[in-house]
Amino acid sequence: MFRIDFNKLRFLVCDDNPHMRRILRTLLHSFGAREVYEAEDGATALEMYSHYVPDIVITDWAMPIFDGLELAQMIRQPESKGNPYAPIIMLTGHSEKRRVTVARDAGVTEFLAKPISAKGLYQRILNVVANPRPFIKTKTYFGPDRRRNTNSAYMGPERRVGEKHEVLQQPSLLDKARSTI
Amino acid sequence: MAKNSAKDIEVKAFATHQVITQPNPLRKVLRRVEEKDLDDPVARAEQALASLSGEFKDWMAIEAQRLSAAWTAVQNDGFTKKLRDELFHAAHDIKGDAATFGFPSAAGIAESLCRVIEHAPDLEKVPAELFTHHINAILAIVHENTRLDRISVSAELSRRLRKVADDYLAYVNRDRPEHLEVILAPSIAPAE
Repeated sequence: MFRIDFNKLRFLVCDDNPHMRRILRTLLHSFGAREVYEAEDGATALEMYSHYVPDIVITDWAMPIFDGLELAQMIRQPESKGNPYAPIIMLTGHSEKRRVTVARDAGVTEFLAKPISAKGLYQRILNVVANPRPFIKTKTYFGPDRRRNTNSAYMGPERRVGEKHEVLQQPSLLDKARSTI
Repeated sequence: MAKNSAKDIEVKAFATHQVITQPNPLRKVLRRVEEKDLDDPVARAEQALASLSGEFKDWMAIEAQRLSAAWTAVQNDGFTKKLRDELFHAAHDIKGDAATFGFPSAAGIAESLCRVIEHAPDLEKVPAELFTHHINAILAIVHENTRLDRISVSAELSRRLRKVADDYLAYVNRDRPEHLEVILAPSIAPAE
């Protein structure tokens, strides 16, 4: 069984609703996190992202100035001086499937639909810590691999052109840890 | 915790894309514990959330008041973009937060209201009663939810308002298949 040392992680929480920020802060602190930075709009979050270099970003979708989707797109700039690889967890009241697809295509790592739960948040954080996915860069996309699973029985067309060997697997940290025991 | 340096990042280039891998920069925060480890961070967090719950009713009242004020502004000045957005955000926040605050029926009604705002082709043509019934229902639930016998009433109210709103949206979007598809798609939000 694995646990996260939350006291070694730095979080950036971005939500325009002060009540939700308070709830997130409470949850993260009770998980053991010490460094939780808060922003109430996308522009402030981007500034704080550059300044504090958080390990994990948790952002709402609908926010003033620019929203969580735009924030994700601005973080996922491969040529930027900052860190374009930080895991982004989108926590939102939007609960339609098409929203998940749009968020995924903006480079969001995990999607968590409100209402928030301690278990749901913990699981998303555990997943981004223990199972990082490789990043993919195309003409139109930069972000974590949008394929979560490889299905050997898949019969449809390949969306990325190339041979089978072009599918590169990154074993999860959990699998690596298990294989060494 | 610093990110990996550029030399640790491996890039494999293919015809249409690059695959970028790097050692997990967060690996050091993961530690193995015994199965019998009694520390449960989720239970600890749930307990912390429960200790906040004394404030939830007040927070919910603030959210409901914000929604009411946004609707009053729309009634006075019409659906300008700014006022439409404020009404939507107020409803959207209630949709996301109300269940956490102990008002799941209010969350359902707010979701129904969000759908009307998002998918009605012309908000000025939506019967005002459809908005006022949703908003008044949320206000009533927030003010009356302390009595257990009211809870089943509020859940029923939520279901009926959703049905009326969905029927309206299905009718006004009958020639807009892309909206109909979204309206009829199931929600991915966890069940109440």
